[in-house]
Amino acid sequence: MAREPITRVEGRACVVRGHDIDTDRIIPARYLRCISFEGLHEHAFRDDREQAKGDHPLDDERFAAAEILVVGHNFGSGSSREHAPQALMRRGFRAFIGGSFAEIFVGNCVALGLPCVSLADEHLEALMEAVELDPEQSVVIDLPTRTVTSRVGTVPLSIHDGHHRQLSDGTWDATSVLLEAGEAIERTAARLPYVDGFRG
Amino acid sequence: MPPTVGPGYPPSSMPPGSSLLDKVWDAHSVRELPSGQTQLFIGLHLIHEVTSPQAFAMLQELGLPVRFPSRTFATVDHIIPTDSQQRPLADPLAEQMLIALEGNTREAGITLFDPASRRQGIVHVIGPELGLTQPGMTIACGDSHTSTHGAFGAVAFGIGTSQVRDVLATQCLALARPKVRRIEVTGKLGAGVYAKDVILSIIRQLGVKGGVGYAYEYAGPVIEAMSMEERLTVCNMSIEGGARCGYVNPDDTTFEYLRGREYSPEADAWQRALAYWRAVASDPDADYADRVELDGDRLAPSVTWGIHPGQSVAVDEHLPRLADHPHAEQPQLAEALAYMGLRPGEPIAGTKIDVAFIGSCTNGRISDLREAARVARTGRVAPGVRALVVPGSQAVARQAEQEGLDELFRSAGFDWREAGCSMCLAMNPDKLVGREVCASSSNRNFKGRQGSPTGRTLLMSPAMVAAAALRGRVADVREVL
Repeated sequence: MAREPITRVEGRACVVRGHDIDTDRIIPARYLRCISFEGLHEHAFRDDREQAKGDHPLDDERFAAAEILVVGHNFGSGSSREHAPQALMRRGFRAFIGGSFAEIFVGNCVALGLPCVSLADEHLEALMEAVELDPEQSVVIDLPTRTVTSRVGTVPLSIHDGHHRQLSDGTWDATSVLLEAGEAIERTAARLPYVDGFRG
Repeated sequence: MPPTVGPGYPPSSMPPGSSLLDKVWDAHSVRELPSGQTQLFIGLHLIHEVTSPQAFAMLQELGLPVRFPSRTFATVDHIIPTDSQQRPLADPLAEQMLIALEGNTREAGITLFDPASRRQGIVHVIGPELGLTQPGMTIACGDSHTSTHGAFGAVAFGIGTSQVRDVLATQCLALARPKVRRIEVTGKLGAGVYAKDVILSIIRQLGVKGGVGYAYEYAGPVIEAMSMEERLTVCNMSIEGGARCGYVNPDDTTFEYLRGREYSPEADAWQRALAYWRAVASDPDADYADRVELDGDRLAPSVTWGIHPGQSVAVDEHLPRLADHPHAEQPQLAEALAYMGLRPGEPIAGTKIDVAFIGSCTNGRISDLREAARVARTGRVAPGVRALVVPGSQAVARQAEQEGLDELFRSAGFDWREAGCSMCLAMNPDKLVGREVCASSSNRNFKGRQGSPTGRTLLMSPAMVAAAALRGRVADVREVL
């Protein structure tokens, strides 16, 4: 179950401005009444989009082909619902560039092979402006050199070292890696006194 | 010298001056992964109907069995209606989710606490009350409020569905060790000031992303004096401060709470458990990445005014004025105030409400209902206000009914409901309508959180919610008690 390494994401971008955009906004809870992730793309930013009446970046034709979502700080805070990155992935997004991300959201993204990379505020603002002015340009996230390149230039990105390694190695889908530990899992369980109810 | 309680605990490599986080982490470490992360054994896995069905489907696709079915427990909470738990559930989508959970748990041999079990309730309420949640465990659940269980001195955190699959398949997660920030709350809380006010004040001070990368260790006289239920409230909202987990070192309050619970150890096992539980607490000389102090004497009842839990004021304070804040922060403040329909500089007290919600994994326990009832008995719900009380579990409901709290709430004009998550996130029929304003004892005031895309939430303690219900406006509970 080894996955392909993810070292580079290149594509058009879309900008959703604002900080602290929580997963309830990315996908409202009433759309989680399902037993599969299929079809969730329709509900991405559902309430925000309905209230914007077509004036939301996800409904902007110019961004229709976007594969990279550019966001502000603390993106994906709140609920642990994987439905949030699933909905965005199923809309065609393959990576996120932001100021910062909530921890559970990033963990969910890594498990799906979606890099979340952070830029310094001035570089992020420049990228947002550039993409809004020229949505057809290609934006490149390059993990080996830890850079983001767009028409405004090449700037350094930051990413958690462990996640960088998981994505680069193709070990981002953790199940197979964890299974490799084999009996060491049972040995760890056996040394924890509570696992057998403190029978001693 | 702490007694040695098992062949592997405390780990011989454990340096003196370790925090609980480090001790529990090292005891559960299966191995270091090439990524630099730890393969961490998960001692207790809790699942519910919303984030688990896809995980079971992935497992089936991989042809993998559930590795430790006895370490996973399930319940149904998010989608359960609170007017009637009769099957089939009125919402066919909800019924389908419950059927999936029943099938998946039956097939895997996982214990399910369904409504018929008399043990059903919000996953973060039933774990502690059944004695499943214990000190020194690692606990994971596909729900961000898993941080709640840290109140017992467990390392407990929320995960997504792919990680639920990982735990089902391997009982492990690949995770980076968090840093530890010790938050000491000094002094003593005044009357009418609750655990909810402590955590809202912490989040206000440290921000909603201040805790990213950290585990929060809550300590100090205020935390030590708290009951287990109060500590659960504090740890519950760690995630609202950005910290994936938060914990309190276990002490006699913890042990007394656990004694005699359904899944608590007994007799000789109890003695061995005590030794382990005492040994996992942070050493007095533990090293912390950061320390923060909060003066409990100065805390007042808190109310959120905005669209994230860091946007709160004391009930006797005024809403922020844009000019008092740095230029860069002003657009966000303006956005929040505009969404809420509130004016800068106005007092928060007196803000009109339409709905009052008492419940949730933050504040749906018996002590929460008792405090709210102390207020509710002084009057009647104001005309035009919809007020509902949703116990966190069937056990909480039974206890409350035994104490006559259901009757007390009903005669004051509140709706008395059955156990579930309810209007905290409105996946069931309990929802705000239009731009209604809700005084809520839950944990999130995000846009649209309570079921209406334009609904508005004011977070506060259960007693403050009850006071707001009676007045029809945000009121200082200290004037009612």
